[in-house]
Amino acid sequence: MSIDDLSTTATPGADASGDAAPVDAPPVRRARPRRTVGSVALQFLPPLILGAAIVGAWYYVSYGLLTPERRFLLRPPHEILQVGFLDWDHFSEILLALWSSTRVALIGLGISICIGFFLATIMSQTKIVERAVFPYMVMLQAIPILAIVPLIGFWWGYGTTSRIAVCVIISLFPIIVNTLFGLQSAERGMHDLFTLHHASRLTRLRKLMFPAAQPAIFAGLRISAGLSVIGAIVGDYFFGQGAVGIGQLLKRYSSRLEGEELLAAVIMSSALGVVVFLFFGWLQGVAIGKWHDSSGPND
Amino acid sequence: MTATDTTRTDSLAFNGIGMTFPDGTEAIREASFSVARGEFVTIVGPSGCGKSTLLKIASGLLEPTAGTVTVDRERLGYVFQDATLLPWRNVLGNVELLAELHGIDKAERRRLALEAIDTVGLTSFQGHYPRSLSGGMKMRASLARTLTLKPPVFLFDEPFGAVDEITREHLNDETQRLFQTEGFAGLFITHSIAEAVFMSTRVLVMSARPGRIVAEFDVPFDYPRHPELRFDPEFAVLCGEVSKELRGSHQ
Repeated sequence: MSIDDLSTTATPGADASGDAAPVDAPPVRRARPRRTVGSVALQFLPPLILGAAIVGAWYYVSYGLLTPERRFLLRPPHEILQVGFLDWDHFSEILLALWSSTRVALIGLGISICIGFFLATIMSQTKIVERAVFPYMVMLQAIPILAIVPLIGFWWGYGTTSRIAVCVIISLFPIIVNTLFGLQSAERGMHDLFTLHHASRLTRLRKLMFPAAQPAIFAGLRISAGLSVIGAIVGDYFFGQGAVGIGQLLKRYSSRLEGEELLAAVIMSSALGVVVFLFFGWLQGVAIGKWHDSSGPND
Repeated sequence: MTATDTTRTDSLAFNGIGMTFPDGTEAIREASFSVARGEFVTIVGPSGCGKSTLLKIASGLLEPTAGTVTVDRERLGYVFQDATLLPWRNVLGNVELLAELHGIDKAERRRLALEAIDTVGLTSFQGHYPRSLSGGMKMRASLARTLTLKPPVFLFDEPFGAVDEITREHLNDETQRLFQTEGFAGLFITHSIAEAVFMSTRVLVMSARPGRIVAEFDVPFDYPRHPELRFDPEFAVLCGEVSKELRGSHQ
């Protein structure tokens, strides 16, 4: 968990240079490097080259190492493209399942956010609650999901509810930990300022602790969003009643040895994870980019 | 608490203040002095002598273990060592904060904030966020924030310790000017003797731990004080005397 890099920007006195005039000039902002053809190439060429190398190695395994009768183990890339993506019957099936899993992931994440914010806020207000709750949060986090699959099935059946439950269990912890860490991150001096001016508990929470927590909250959201996608797929794998999600699809393809579709589904699941991660990065940039340095999907 | 009736109409009075922390460290012993309206008192002392603790006691952030403080805490101005600006608010938003906490309505607090920002010369930076301000500008914004309350008593906790020498002198000039125009009672903490003598009507010397007031100097120069005062022989002599006391108390 990237708690280490969540420090706020304020380093008192670190930039105290260069104000000689009564109204001093602002410090020189780091100039963004201009986007030239060269810099764009420098950014995109390395991953492209590596990607090409991977595809090359893939072809080598498919055609060079595997005999035709064993080629189903790893189909060459173009066949995956043809069967998994360009064949609309297959691709629409994958998209539909992906949508079903996305919904589960979003609902699960939404519930995690509500529970997480609520618990973290309570914990930040009363040390006793924090001491009481925290060990159990760590335990919850440490439970291997496989171990409680049967229980979840008993309790919530083998449909959507259980899938959402898996999502919540997997994605809750980072939200609580990061939100709590964030709520506690406001500097002592700022708290003193609020104390001096008789701010109520609620005012302090609203105007000091929550704003100060935002960078950490977003870091937690990005982690949890990714986890909830994994949770949706894992949950779907075990609890397959109702709408078919990606997990069921993966199971079906693998049992039928449909390697092309299987890989296409894997690639699409990963794409979903990437999209979710980028979305929250973007949201973070919009929400706190103006004042917080380490925001935006690029760092 | 309200101001007591004394002949000097003290805005802030310490009566036999003692402070011993729970770990047994005695930070302050028997500190008694007062600051009247129209007075600017500075306490100089070695680091760790309990100077800042005195301000925390004055403001109510700390309860003293002995003695009493007399001050009106309703509109107490307190400028911290760090600017303590909220990084998610721009200069205007930060300067509006205290009025906001005191429930002053939106239009009025905007007016107060703009006025204070103008006073410290940050008008063209009111939309900037703290991360794009220099140390001196952050301190100005912090000053402006306190000014919005028009506090009758102003506490300064070594506010210019982290900025460079030239900026510090500018900020001293401005503080001294503010003192003149606003007419508050000021209590300033510093370990810079020149800063103390330049701004104050009175300089108190505090000894090393446990902190006690060991000497008191009246500063005779008229306001407004000009930067050239720093090169005045009389100024140097007074600084020397304060310095001697300070070293004496340190042994």
